[in-house]
Amino acid sequence: MQQAIYTVVIVAALSVAAASIKPVNEPLAALPANAHEDNLMEKLNVNAAENSALRDSLASASAFLEVYKVLMSPRCMNCHPKGDQPLQGDDNHLHVMDVQRGEDGKGMYALKCANCHQPQNVPGANMPPGNPNWHLPPADMPMVFEGKSPRELAIQLKDPKQNGHKTMQQLIHHVSKDSLVLWGWNPGEGRTLPPLKHAEFVKQFKAWVATGAVAPAE
Amino acid sequence: MIKLQVNSKSYSVDASPQMPLLWVLRDMLGLTGTKFGCGMAQCGACTVHLNGEAVRSCVTPVARAANQQVTTIEGLSTDLTHPLQKAWLAEDVLQCGYCQSGQLMSAAVLLRENPNPTDDDIDKAMSGNICRCGTYPRVRKAIHLAAQMQKEGGKL
Repeated sequence: MQQAIYTVVIVAALSVAAASIKPVNEPLAALPANAHEDNLMEKLNVNAAENSALRDSLASASAFLEVYKVLMSPRCMNCHPKGDQPLQGDDNHLHVMDVQRGEDGKGMYALKCANCHQPQNVPGANMPPGNPNWHLPPADMPMVFEGKSPRELAIQLKDPKQNGHKTMQQLIHHVSKDSLVLWGWNPGEGRTLPPLKHAEFVKQFKAWVATGAVAPAE
Repeated sequence: MIKLQVNSKSYSVDASPQMPLLWVLRDMLGLTGTKFGCGMAQCGACTVHLNGEAVRSCVTPVARAANQQVTTIEGLSTDLTHPLQKAWLAEDVLQCGYCQSGQLMSAAVLLRENPNPTDDDIDKAMSGNICRCGTYPRVRKAIHLAAQMQKEGGKL
């Protein structure tokens, strides 16, 4: 008697299992011969796209970390301070003479940037470095580098409301051609260079943009 | 030859384009009111106006001043009637006096751009002019007086 009950239960369970499998098998059987393969390829393609996006994301973040090394070097960061006073030297000390940013980023009163900074570097150690357009970002868009994490700086760079109203293409042009950016690699006697050569910096910047301008995780 | 307008007079000088403007002013034009201090734009003693801005003439190549307007302490006024000159005398600002032509030229830019400066404005404008005698409190006082005189009709 007990064996009969077990048999009934097992048969019922198998029936339920078969019924639950059937809806999955039936549509496949109704599809063309190669549909199963196509479906798998679609799934694989989705995975490939995801993998590609992941690869791009990692490459983008990695490229930005290289860019970040340059942006945080004294030659770049000293004129992108968190306060309203430029920085000086490889130790990023506050600019002597209490020089101030001013509304337009070009200094104030008798201490405007161009009063000391000539259109070119003045020869000799510790002499004023020069560029025809020596300035800080303006007060209403200070574009602070100092103290920013890679993620914070990447987000800031991508935001036209914080990056000087620039598109990513304009940013590429800026880092490639702007003479004040290029000055960083010709800073005059006694000043260290950024950690990457300019061409490598531009290459990494372009790579960052081309792969989605991803902000690295904190 | 490089052509300059200095204190409203025209000059042509036979100088290297890279010669500091200070050398031209002092050694070629005989305008020795402007002083050599540090030679590296750190002290402000050599301050003159280039198109109205208070440049450091020790690091300014004369080529930058070609065909431009230069004003030295001799040109601030011809008869000591500039409010700053009057205020400097009234407050007896000078001690040794070496830095004072630079101080005056910087102060003139401040008063032009901010006719009623606060102490903080004065500090921000004048902190690049070093005075080894420590006349800073009198400089500040004289600038306030000059601002007052200017308001009352003194010319700038």
